[in-house]
Amino acid sequence: MLYFYLYILIVLISIPTIGLLSAKNKGIAVIISVVLLSTVSSILSINALSGNSTTIFLYGSIVTKTINLVIDPIAAWFILTINFTFITGAIYGSNYMKVYEQQTSKLSLHWISYIFTHSALIAVCVLQNTFVFLIAWEIMAVGAFFLVIFESNKSHTISAGINYLIQSHIAIILLTIGFVWVYAETGSFNFDAISEFAKTQSNLYSFILMIILFTGFGIKAGFVPLHTWLPHAHPAAPTHISAVMSGVIIKIGIYGIIRMIFLLQVNYLLVGYFILFISVITGIYGVMLAILQHNLKKLLAYHSVENIGIIGIGIGIGCIGMGYGNTLMSVLGFSGALLHTLNHSLFKSLLFFGAGNVYQSTHSLNIDRFGGLIKKMPHTAFLFLIASLAICGLPPFNGFVSEFIIYSGLLDGLQQTSFPYLLPFIISILGLALIGGLAMLCFTKAFGMIFLGSPRHEFEHEVEESHILKRIPMYLILALIVLIGIFPQWFINSLSLAVAQLTSIKTTVPKSINVNLIETIEIIGRNSIALILLSIFIYSIRNRIISKKQITHNTTWGCGYIAPTEKMQYTASSYIRAYRKLAEPLLSITKHKKNVQGIFPDKAKHETHSNDGIEEIIHWPIQRLRYFLDTFSLLQKGKLQLYILYGMIFILTLIIIPLTIYIYELFIHFLN
Amino acid sequence: MLSFILVILVSFVFTGVVIRTKSIASGRKGPGIMQPMKDIYRLFRKGAVYSETTSIIFQIAPTIYFSSVVMAIMVLPFGHTRGLISFNGDFIFFAYVLALGKFFSIIAALDTGSSFEGMGASREALFSMLVEPAFFILIGSLGILTGYTSFHEIFMTFHFSTYITYAIGVLVTFVLAMICMIENSRMPVDDPKTHLELTMIHEVMILDNSGFDLGLILQTTNLKFAMYGALIANLFMGNLVWYFTIPLFFMFQFLFAITVGILESFSARFRMSHNAQFILVLSSISLLVFFVILMIMNKF
Repeated sequence: MLYFYLYILIVLISIPTIGLLSAKNKGIAVIISVVLLSTVSSILSINALSGNSTTIFLYGSIVTKTINLVIDPIAAWFILTINFTFITGAIYGSNYMKVYEQQTSKLSLHWISYIFTHSALIAVCVLQNTFVFLIAWEIMAVGAFFLVIFESNKSHTISAGINYLIQSHIAIILLTIGFVWVYAETGSFNFDAISEFAKTQSNLYSFILMIILFTGFGIKAGFVPLHTWLPHAHPAAPTHISAVMSGVIIKIGIYGIIRMIFLLQVNYLLVGYFILFISVITGIYGVMLAILQHNLKKLLAYHSVENIGIIGIGIGIGCIGMGYGNTLMSVLGFSGALLHTLNHSLFKSLLFFGAGNVYQSTHSLNIDRFGGLIKKMPHTAFLFLIASLAICGLPPFNGFVSEFIIYSGLLDGLQQTSFPYLLPFIISILGLALIGGLAMLCFTKAFGMIFLGSPRHEFEHEVEESHILKRIPMYLILALIVLIGIFPQWFINSLSLAVAQLTSIKTTVPKSINVNLIETIEIIGRNSIALILLSIFIYSIRNRIISKKQITHNTTWGCGYIAPTEKMQYTASSYIRAYRKLAEPLLSITKHKKNVQGIFPDKAKHETHSNDGIEEIIHWPIQRLRYFLDTFSLLQKGKLQLYILYGMIFILTLIIIPLTIYIYELFIHFLN
Repeated sequence: MLSFILVILVSFVFTGVVIRTKSIASGRKGPGIMQPMKDIYRLFRKGAVYSETTSIIFQIAPTIYFSSVVMAIMVLPFGHTRGLISFNGDFIFFAYVLALGKFFSIIAALDTGSSFEGMGASREALFSMLVEPAFFILIGSLGILTGYTSFHEIFMTFHFSTYITYAIGVLVTFVLAMICMIENSRMPVDDPKTHLELTMIHEVMILDNSGFDLGLILQTTNLKFAMYGALIANLFMGNLVWYFTIPLFFMFQFLFAITVGILESFSARFRMSHNAQFILVLSSISLLVFFVILMIMNKF
């Protein structure tokens, strides 16, 4: 209870303080308040993860009845993830926003929304009352909207923001429908009512409710085909906001899905296979489109879609495991999903911060314009490289650990099931392997084209390494990435209670499974250390040998041509050309081409744009509707006289229709 | 430990045997089988030329490429003895650690800022992406058949009893051999002896490497050959005792090397645009193995 009041107090104090401070000090105030808020919620979360869940009852109102705040292991895991990302985001953002210091009022709105979004996210994790949950959800959605539209003078920022706002409200409508349905059947806003609903209603109803809620949360998480807001909102937002959105705001959708699975004890097999199916498609589709992007932030946004797919595969396996009563499988699935949630928030925010550094020193996000930045920005390049390796799921970093656990779950599923039920597993393994390969193609492109080679474009000003305050949060994230990579057992251990909570509905987790998992994970950690040491060892031998030899520097080999220019390099588009040719039948790609012609040719040109096919499909009916409604626009001329005329016509019809009926009746009466 | 030492030993002569086979097949006298190792030793003693465009990535990449393959070799078992690294699902580690090395070799090629090397990098990234699913489905299916997920246990319990298991053995060997050829950029996907940069994959990526680094990369190729050879040999060695398995191991590696040599002598390289199709065929053969295994297991 004390912590609760403390939390509210910090929010109440920090919001006016941020508003009143000068632009320079706002950043510091935000960092302090985010750290304080995080400390309060983290203490309770760490307690929960070590076995002492906290429950707080608030009296609420006549409408809501008692509101209970519960910090159980599941919520705690998400709270810790959110807190870490928000702290690093605040530190990075306070420096990132230095450029906008003149716009004081906008900055106030921005940072206040930041605090609001943070507390609303925590509230969403903690609240167990559907009514208040929706309010917190709304605050979070609107807060995130204000965060996205910081650069509201740009038209595409506003349109991306509004697109996000509309889609997140569709999500809220769906959640409201679901929760109201539960309320109508059970008469309670408490989360327990949802499980009661599942017990009293037929299986079909529970499944429909699950689908409604899944769609609502799925929009937030960005499952294909509900992802279309994501690639617009991420590039439009300031960098630290992109990081926070991609890192944790979309994860709150995952939280919702996990929570609902936990509460709604429906047919786990059906739900599991459904989620697995959607997730594999999400993962492959996300990464397939990511490769084709020219805008760095958009590329990262599509990778978020891909990683949501990977997390979803984990959740799917978990559910299927519960359906079969196979504890090992469900433990593997849920552990993988929860760990990947944390992992993705780490490397994705690191990647976004890297993109932000590049953006602020070059004012561009077009991958084809960069090149050779590693010489100007060595720190950013190093951090971006590690994050790229981690997101590709390569050892010795954290991405490998969670993907390994998910693979193990899939392999276990292969052995436990028989023919028709086994196909989804082999397809998921195929999908996951393909996702890994495609991610490698994508990030070799991103890293190679941005940081390596020679510059492809003259920027108007000197490109410089980012400020140290931006690098500190990045190194913090890096430390955690490496830590999870080499000591994964600590994290799996702290996860075990959350996983136990999820799986204990039907069976209790036998100790041996957990011990087995942790042993395997420990071996992976040791191997990661061995890999790092081996590389360092061989590299030092190499340096020792090379230091005695004669080293010369010369131009790059060009088949005997000794004056290579930067124009001769491979570009991002040419690097993925072969892939594009392969993927062309599946995706919609538009090309603009002007060939070289004649003896004295003009400038030639070749442009490719990849479109999101699903977005086009979704937009089609909306556009039809707009065309239909456009036909009425001739009524709207903007002349006052006409509007008065419409009013007159309306009033006249109101009078004339009853009058004619009356006269008609009189007439009939007269005839009779 | 045993497999680690044996694979390293075999790697010294593997490419030599391949080259010798090729020279005999084409009626040339050819170099001795230790010639590739002598070349590598000579490279180790040489100085190096670095492109001015390159950065630290270009310096560290060959080392990481080499150590990733060494790590992967440690996973391999040998008959009764486990590999240095052995746990449930170790083949995932095997595949991903190899991918780490590939990541670095690709970005090192991009680091030179050359159009040739970018081309090679692009192809390498695409082909290795396509080959990944085939490997996972293959080992996953063997996992279903044997009920285990680590290399050692899979190979220990994989027995040749019926005709159908021989069929599986043949298919698995074929897929593994082809994966080996693709990963090492050999025929029929890439021709290491070609003279035109535009048609190369792996060779064009390492145009700018010289001295110690080039030696390291060449030795990595040898190791990779021996590694896949060991994987195939393991498939057939089962749980025999060591005085059978060690000669058997050398025999299989020798046969594999000769097969590679003969394949390279009598086949032509595919058109670059047909490579993707060919590699996807491997995935479908792996799926075939998968379905055959389902049939054996009565899981239909």
